[in-house]
Amino acid sequence: MTTASPLITDDDADISSSADEAGRVSGGKKGGRSQFTGRDRTVFIAMVAIPSIIHIAIVWIPTFLSILLSFTKWNGIRFSSLEITGVENYDQTLLGAFKGDTYQAILNNFWLLLFLFFGPTLLGMLLAYLLDKNLKGTRIYQSLFYTPVVLSLAVVGFIWQNVMYDQQYGLATVAFGGGGTVDWLGNQEFLFSFGGYGLSKNFIAILFAMAWRHTGYIMVLYLAGMKSVDAALRESASLDGCNEWQTFRHVLFPTLKPINVIVVVITVIEALRAYDIIAVLNEPRNTELLSHLTTNALVGEGADNIGRGSAYATMLFLLCIGFVLWYVTNHYRKQENTV
Amino acid sequence: MSSDTAKKTTKTVTTAEGRTFETKTTPLKPARVFLHLFLATLGVLWMVPLLVSLYASFRPFSETINKGFLSAPDSFSLENYRAALDQGDFIDKYWNTALILIPSLILTLFLASLIAFAASRFSWRFNIFFLVLFTAGNLLPQQIIVAPLFQAFRRIPLPEFMSNSGNLNGSNWAIILLHVGFQSGFCTFVLSNYMKLLPKELNEAAMVDGASLWTQYWHIIMPLTRPALAALATLEFAWIYNDFFWAVIFEQRGDDRPITSALSNLGGEFVTDTNVVSAASIFVIIPVMIVYFALQKHFIAGLTLGANKG
Repeated sequence: MTTASPLITDDDADISSSADEAGRVSGGKKGGRSQFTGRDRTVFIAMVAIPSIIHIAIVWIPTFLSILLSFTKWNGIRFSSLEITGVENYDQTLLGAFKGDTYQAILNNFWLLLFLFFGPTLLGMLLAYLLDKNLKGTRIYQSLFYTPVVLSLAVVGFIWQNVMYDQQYGLATVAFGGGGTVDWLGNQEFLFSFGGYGLSKNFIAILFAMAWRHTGYIMVLYLAGMKSVDAALRESASLDGCNEWQTFRHVLFPTLKPINVIVVVITVIEALRAYDIIAVLNEPRNTELLSHLTTNALVGEGADNIGRGSAYATMLFLLCIGFVLWYVTNHYRKQENTV
Repeated sequence: MSSDTAKKTTKTVTTAEGRTFETKTTPLKPARVFLHLFLATLGVLWMVPLLVSLYASFRPFSETINKGFLSAPDSFSLENYRAALDQGDFIDKYWNTALILIPSLILTLFLASLIAFAASRFSWRFNIFFLVLFTAGNLLPQQIIVAPLFQAFRRIPLPEFMSNSGNLNGSNWAIILLHVGFQSGFCTFVLSNYMKLLPKELNEAAMVDGASLWTQYWHIIMPLTRPALAALATLEFAWIYNDFFWAVIFEQRGDDRPITSALSNLGGEFVTDTNVVSAASIFVIIPVMIVYFALQKHFIAGLTLGANKG
C-alpha cells in the first residue's frame, strides 16, 4: 500500500506512437528528449507487441468473435453451413425452447453470488478481523483456513462428494441425516420456487463446498488490507470510547475500501466463472450455471449450434463487463491522477 | 476535526508502545481464551474434509462401510494408493502436467514482464490502454472465449510428433498457448503495479551510462522485481496446476490430460471404491500442497500484491 515511490511522470518519458515519431522517448532528464537508438526501438516494439499479440489473439479477438457468432447458426463443421440468423439464438434461449435452462442457470449464478457475499465474504472478513488481533498462533490459524484455497475446485468437488456428501457414510449424512441416507447431490427439489424456477437443494450442498474454498481467499485479502491500517488509528478510536463494533464500522471498514472493491469484483467474476466443481459432479440437474450452458452447446451431446453457446457466452460477457470496466477505470484513473 | 485527529495520534504512540509490553506480561484474558477456542474449533472443522479424506485413503473401503469414516482403524495400508496408481496412471499424468506447467509458467512470466516493463517504466500514448487491456482480459470468464478458440484450434494443423490429433486442438501446445494468453493478463497487472513503484532514477542513471533498453530491463528492473516474480510464480503454479477447464475442453482424450482435469474420468473408473478416489485425490493435491507449504509466504504475497496496490 505504499505510495512513497514516485510514479513515472509525463516528462520523464514520452513515446509518441504516431507513425513518424515512433520510437521517440525522452532520456529521463527533465525536458531533454532523446531517441531510442535503432536497436532499442526494435526491442521496445517487440516488448509491447509480442505479449500483446498473444493476449489479444487468445482473449480479445475470441470475445469479439463470440459476440458475432451469437447472431449465427452453425454446427462448427464447415464454414459454408454457417447461417446468419440475427437474434434467433436470443429468441430461443430467452423466450423459446431453452428458456427454462437459461433462467434457472442465471438464477443459479445469482444464488451463487448472493451466497458468496453473505457467507464466505462475511466469514472471511470476520476471520481476518480476529486474526488481525495478533494472537499467538495466528499463522497456524491462517494456514488452516487458507489451505483449501490452493486446491482446485475439481478436487474440492471429489473430496466433498466422498467424505461429506456420501449418501450413507458421508459426514454430512452422519451429522444431519438422522441415521438414514441423504442424497445431498442428487436432490433436485427446490427449497423454494417461483414460476417453476428456484433454489434446488443439491445446489445448496454445492454452495457449501464452494464456500469452504472461497472463505480463506477473502480472509487473506482482508487480512492484508487490515495489516496495512495504522494500529494507532484503532488504538485512538478505542481510547476515545468507541466499542469494538464502532471501531470496526467507523474506523477500520472505511479504510478497507480498496479491498472491498477488489472483493466485489473477484466475487462477481468467480460467481460467473464457476464451472469445475459442478462439471466434475456431472452437472446434477438444477445446478447448471451459465458457464455450463455455454460449453454444453459447444462440446458433447447437445453441441449442435455454436451460435447458441455463443449467445450464452455473450450473456456472461454482458453480466461481467460492467464490473470489469468499473474496476479497471477505478484502478487506472487513480493512477493517472498520481502520474 | 483535524486538530482532534492530531491529538489522537500523538496519544496513541505511547499507548501502542505500552501495549506491546503489556501483552508479554499479563496472563490471557478470558476474551482471548474464548477467541482462541473459537478459532481453533473452526480451524479444525475447516480441515475435516481434507484430513478425513487423507485418513480414509489409508484404510480399506470395507472398513469404512462397516464402521464409518470416523472410526478407529483396524488396519492401515497403501493398498488404495497402489490401486489408484494402477488405474489412474498418475506417474504419466504428473509428467504430462509438468510438460504443460513449466513452459506455461516461464513464458507467462517472461512475456508479462516485457509488457509490464514497457508500459510501466515509460509513459507513452497507449501505455495505460495496454495495461487496461491486460487487466480487463484476465477478469473475463474463460467460457466467453472458448467457442471461437475451439473452432480455430481444430483448423490449425500440427505435425504428428507435436500432436496426436494432427491439429493444435488436443495437444499440449494448445493448453500452453491458452495459459500464456490468459494468465499473462494477471501477471502483467501485478508486475506493472510493482515495477511502477521502483524509483524512476534507475532508468535515468542507466540511460546516462548508455545502457541499452534490454540491459535496463534484464539487469536493472528484473532483479528488483524478483519478490513479485517469486510470488507470481508460486500463485501461477497453483492456478495452472489446478486448471480443469482448458484441458477438459481442449484435450478430448482423457489419457492426454494433465492431472487435475484427469479427475473428470476418475469418478467413472473408481466409483465403486471411494477410498481409492480419496487416494487418487491425494495424489492430485500432493504437488500443490508441497509448493504451498514450502512457499506459503510467496503464495499469500502473490494474492495480496494483486489486490493491494490498487
